[in-house]
Amino acid sequence: MEKVLLKNIENPHSADIDEYKKAGGYRSLSKALDMASKDIIEEVKKAGLRGRGGAGFPVAMKWTFASGDPKFPKYLLCNADEGEPGTFKDRPILEKNPHLLIEGMVISGYALGAEYGYIYLRGEYPAAKDILNKAISQAYENGYLGDGILGKKTRFHLAVHQGAGAYICGEETALIESLEGDKGQPRIKPPFPVNVGVFSKPTVVNNVETLANLPYLIGIGGEAYARIGSPECPGPKIYCVSGHVERPGVYELPMGTSLKDIIYTHCGGIKGGKKLKAVIPGGISTPVLPPEKIDCPMDFVNMPKHGSMLGSGAVIVMDETVCLVKVCYRALKFFEHESCGKCTPCREGTGWLRSILGRIESGEGMEGDVDLLLSVAGNIIGKTFCPLGDGAASVTQNFIKHFRPEFEAHIKNKGCGARQEKL
Amino acid sequence: MFSEAAVREIQEIRAKYPTARAALLPAIYVAQREFGWLTPEAYEAVSDLLGVPRAIARGVGTFYAMYRQKPMGRHVVQLCTNVSCMILGAERLVDFLKSRFGLEPGGTTQDGRFSLVIMECIGACGTAPAMLVNDDFYENLTEKSIEEILGKYR
Repeated sequence: MEKVLLKNIENPHSADIDEYKKAGGYRSLSKALDMASKDIIEEVKKAGLRGRGGAGFPVAMKWTFASGDPKFPKYLLCNADEGEPGTFKDRPILEKNPHLLIEGMVISGYALGAEYGYIYLRGEYPAAKDILNKAISQAYENGYLGDGILGKKTRFHLAVHQGAGAYICGEETALIESLEGDKGQPRIKPPFPVNVGVFSKPTVVNNVETLANLPYLIGIGGEAYARIGSPECPGPKIYCVSGHVERPGVYELPMGTSLKDIIYTHCGGIKGGKKLKAVIPGGISTPVLPPEKIDCPMDFVNMPKHGSMLGSGAVIVMDETVCLVKVCYRALKFFEHESCGKCTPCREGTGWLRSILGRIESGEGMEGDVDLLLSVAGNIIGKTFCPLGDGAASVTQNFIKHFRPEFEAHIKNKGCGARQEKL
Repeated sequence: MFSEAAVREIQEIRAKYPTARAALLPAIYVAQREFGWLTPEAYEAVSDLLGVPRAIARGVGTFYAMYRQKPMGRHVVQLCTNVSCMILGAERLVDFLKSRFGLEPGGTTQDGRFSLVIMECIGACGTAPAMLVNDDFYENLTEKSIEEILGKYR
């Protein structure tokens, strides 16, 4: 498959506008501005494009809701708060292909009638901030941003808004709160951001990778795009693989590539010929899978049928030396740290899960602790304001579901064989 | 009080938003740079300049992990210990920073040269373990490479 999202990233000057234009950049924008905005949404619908941030929501549907709302102005926000542990798929787009994102945003803004956009960039990506700001200036100078884009009536203004280290701001309503200058705590829905979003105006929040698909999608048309990858969920997808594989990194492959192929064909298998123990397929919030369950198509529709989720496509591979009690503990330490504190089940529950897992990990676990974990998790799931609490609970449930004997052995033996380092 | 340059910078930032409040996060970044950390005076300066209540400026500032609520060393080592980094040895590096530099998580060396902040995923999982020193990424870290890298920061 030709590279779409990671095109030209080996070119050391790929972030420069001239290089981007030389490789065909901004041609799709010109094509898009000659189309009616509703026809662009129609192409996106035909393409079957789903949001790449984790939830996989159909993009055309979100855009239709926002464009149909009579309030103006409308806003387009790019979610570049890539914080799901294990995820590093948006960073190469932001740092190496910023104009692909900008072009995608201008096309999207035109399609849904938004004249203002912000890129909500996580604070942990300082290099990307400078690169994006430079690319935005170049786009203004070249007439791709501002008033009267390409000599037409279209206007789109874009700025970078830097986050400051809060995972929860990847949740769209928390992102909006943060952009408005508040703590990143999710809002109750409805109203949905497509009607009442940032500054109380209709707002679309799309992930970096989603928006970066637009120039290619418009270039080849929705029908051709829909023929790439999974029929239910088409398009190119960036999978980012970390942990114990021979060749970790980012891989742009057709959506629906099997998890097994990603690990064994593209990444060269398990590092040092060791045995595979477990895989987290879509970032730390997605359910862990044991080795016998990894023959599954990595897309939004099929992963749930195989007991997990595509999430952000962040594959974390763990070999036989890894202590899964410790991994689960570390994951919960993360969720506790990142819980925004707004709702009780998440704020208190993540702390309890971390604390019980911590005592099991350190050899002080008590009989009945595994069931206690399941009980606490059951009191979080489905009862929280936003998906962070659900993630924390489901991570715990799934580690226990597939690896319960390891947790039990940990309690009985006051530690484990895989334990090499302290936390 | 902000320097004149900082006031201009915040006014330019303010112009990018329809409300003054939206400029709060970037203005706190400017304050952090100007004052070194978020002193009570820093929050007051932000609050006065944007017309945002002091309790709000402080409440928002303390919500986010990257805003510094206490003085920091000249160089801030931000080491990730989340799962992808952990399974490739990040904890060994935490131990090494302690034994070699006397640097504890959340602490600062006695000479004020380094502070250590433990991070929750910095998006460098494919090249783990990884850290940021100030604004610079360093990846595929080992004890040896950390020693060499930190040697460059005086």
